[in-house]
Amino acid sequence: MDRLEQEIKDTSKGMTPIVKTVVRFVIGIIVIFGVYIVLYGHVTPGGGFAGGVILASAYVLLTLAFGKEMGLSKMSNTGASLLDNSGALMFVIIGLLGYTGGYFFYNFLGKGDPFQLFSAGSIPLANIAIGVKVTASVFAIFMALSIFGRFIYKAAEGDESESEE
Amino acid sequence: MQTYYPLFTAIPLAAAFLNLLLSKISMKVSDYIAFLVTGILAVMSVKMLFEAPFIYAVGNWRPPFGILLVSDGLSSMMLVVINLIAFLAVIFSMKYMSTYTAKPKYFSLFMLMIAGMNGVVITGDMFNLYVFLEIASIASYALVGFGTGKKELEASFKYLILGGVASTAVLFGIAFLYSMTGTLNMPDLAQQLEVIGMTRTVGFVVALFLMGFGLKASAVPFHAWLPDAHPSAPAPISAMLSGVLIKALGIYTIMRIMFNIIGKDELISAIIMFLGAISMVIGGLLAVGQKDFKRMLAYSSISQMGYVLIAIGLALKPSAEPVVASLALIGGLFHLVNHAVFKSLLFLASGAVEYRTGTRDLGKLGGLIKKMPVTGAATAVGSLSIAGIPPFNGFWSKLIIILALFRGGYWVYGTVGVVVGFITLIYFVMLQKEVLFGKLPESLSKIKEAPFAMVLPLVILAVLCLVMGIGYMAIEGQMLDSAASALLDKMAYMNYLIGG
Amino acid sequence: MILYFLSLVLLVMGLYCLIAKKNIVKKIIGIVIAEYSINLFLVLVGYRHEGIAPILLKGMQTEELVQKGVDPLPQALVLTSIVIGLGTLALMVALCLRMYEKFKTFDMTKINTLKG
Repeated sequence: MDRLEQEIKDTSKGMTPIVKTVVRFVIGIIVIFGVYIVLYGHVTPGGGFAGGVILASAYVLLTLAFGKEMGLSKMSNTGASLLDNSGALMFVIIGLLGYTGGYFFYNFLGKGDPFQLFSAGSIPLANIAIGVKVTASVFAIFMALSIFGRFIYKAAEGDESESEE
Repeated sequence: MQTYYPLFTAIPLAAAFLNLLLSKISMKVSDYIAFLVTGILAVMSVKMLFEAPFIYAVGNWRPPFGILLVSDGLSSMMLVVINLIAFLAVIFSMKYMSTYTAKPKYFSLFMLMIAGMNGVVITGDMFNLYVFLEIASIASYALVGFGTGKKELEASFKYLILGGVASTAVLFGIAFLYSMTGTLNMPDLAQQLEVIGMTRTVGFVVALFLMGFGLKASAVPFHAWLPDAHPSAPAPISAMLSGVLIKALGIYTIMRIMFNIIGKDELISAIIMFLGAISMVIGGLLAVGQKDFKRMLAYSSISQMGYVLIAIGLALKPSAEPVVASLALIGGLFHLVNHAVFKSLLFLASGAVEYRTGTRDLGKLGGLIKKMPVTGAATAVGSLSIAGIPPFNGFWSKLIIILALFRGGYWVYGTVGVVVGFITLIYFVMLQKEVLFGKLPESLSKIKEAPFAMVLPLVILAVLCLVMGIGYMAIEGQMLDSAASALLDKMAYMNYLIGG
Repeated sequence: MILYFLSLVLLVMGLYCLIAKKNIVKKIIGIVIAEYSINLFLVLVGYRHEGIAPILLKGMQTEELVQKGVDPLPQALVLTSIVIGLGTLALMVALCLRMYEKFKTFDMTKINTLKG
């Protein structure tokens, strides 16, 4: 608790303490909402992509309010890359597992009753894979363009630029 | 084999992501994964040549509600071209890309591009075609600017903007087609458009498609990205772009849509023939004064694509005799396969020369046949093939196209074809004189032959040029006849809706 | 016809922005506007006069959905198209940043090293 209060009162990185306090409350709600949209993608509108973007926007809000070290400590560069690739690989594997039913991308699990959470076969699994991938991808794009793009300003002032990949 | 048809796109996609996961452990894993995957794909595509045509319903959703994958003669031929040249380019780039730092990312993007191109060629659904077109295009935009110097970035940005506008035009055309017929399935679209006929809306859709796909195929009013993008890319990517991408994304889609979905028409045939003719002339004339090795090859690509377009235009004419139409189509398809082989050979050879000497400027090169004999011989074989000298393969395809033009009564276009063939001979002889023969400059007196991994694809492609030239009848019987008859027979394509 | 007017205006505006402005960032915004106008056109193709949203609620019959609902297929196509637009936009902005680092300017007329 002590470290957190110190972090809030530290005005050198991130925004003012009011913003930081509000973000502490709001971010949990945003993450739960994003997970709800991903999981119920076969019952209500939404699905993998929309839920993934909402989850990524939670990370972006964290980075904007608290500074880049807090954002990087929650999901680092290699962590984002690993999540990204494993999400996409899971999606292709779900497609290949359809061969147990005879066709590529066949819906091979039990279908269940409509309007329930555990229904519609392998569609919720595909939604979860896409949600994980989109979260990691959008967060990695945001990081690469803003935080690691600081070399642009150094280059503009004529200093020697350290290029990051 | 029939149930494994979607694996042509699933395997490269999985390999691209697996590559990035495993490269955190060691950097050399990406080489082996790429080599293995393209080898498997090449073997699978050669096996597909010997199968009867079939359709595959993804996820067991019956057409016209689900996505359909169609395999006929034309798709099999394009699959063989794409995957074989991709395999040879991967072998070449294992050694060539060792000077760049981010090699696993390069192989990942390469796998994504192959997955996109394979998807365009095997699909039977219009929006699926657009999605795979975008996957292949975005991967190629990133690959053109891979070595991030000034020229590469500018070329990649120009290519990106123009390609983005072309994709927008294609999506606009697909939206119109959906609003007219209510379906996105390609055989179903063919049936509905047969009933509707050629109204003004269909004419507008054809104009949009010619603009969008014509830009990907580098027809002349839309060619401005190609002379900047192809020289700036790394050499194996130039070989893939110029040898395979402009054909799989541009010429194949124009052929599939015009022949099988929209049907033959006088005005469209005349327009495509005119575009082909000015591509030939402008590409050829602009290639003569070039000083950069790869830029001259890029302009020559525009010129040869003009040959293929003019042959397609002649086969599309409803009032041409069936003999002339099938002759022109066989000539066009054979020139497509030939150009893939010898243009990728020439681009890979320019990469080998650049790897050893460090320059692409024709003024600074010379006399390389003494120091790099195998590379020099392969370049000579490639140049003779593209100029149309017997007994190499370029001679047969150009001869058939010009014969078909004269038999169809097009004296002007036939003469233009002969003159442009002569101009091609001029600048390729100039290229050989500048690079291979002549005096060896002082700064290049210590170079050696290119490494074995780079010379092997050159030798394989040169042997293929000679074999396809001498054994032309075997190739025609196996591949080209089934491809041409699959295109000219619109009824058979419409019957794919019912199955088989 | 009046229905598709906004889509046409947006397309022309996006293309004008792409052609007539010299700043790279403005050109990127032009391409994005043109792409979104095509998405709007695609959604409007499936419109039905006085229709309901194509979601099956509990206790609703499927015939009511078929007779009164708008077409859901273009909405699925637009979802895919927006994702493709996001990918292209990310690549364009990354290239724009790298070009600023190398050329020190955002003006497209000063970036002309490739000629001939």
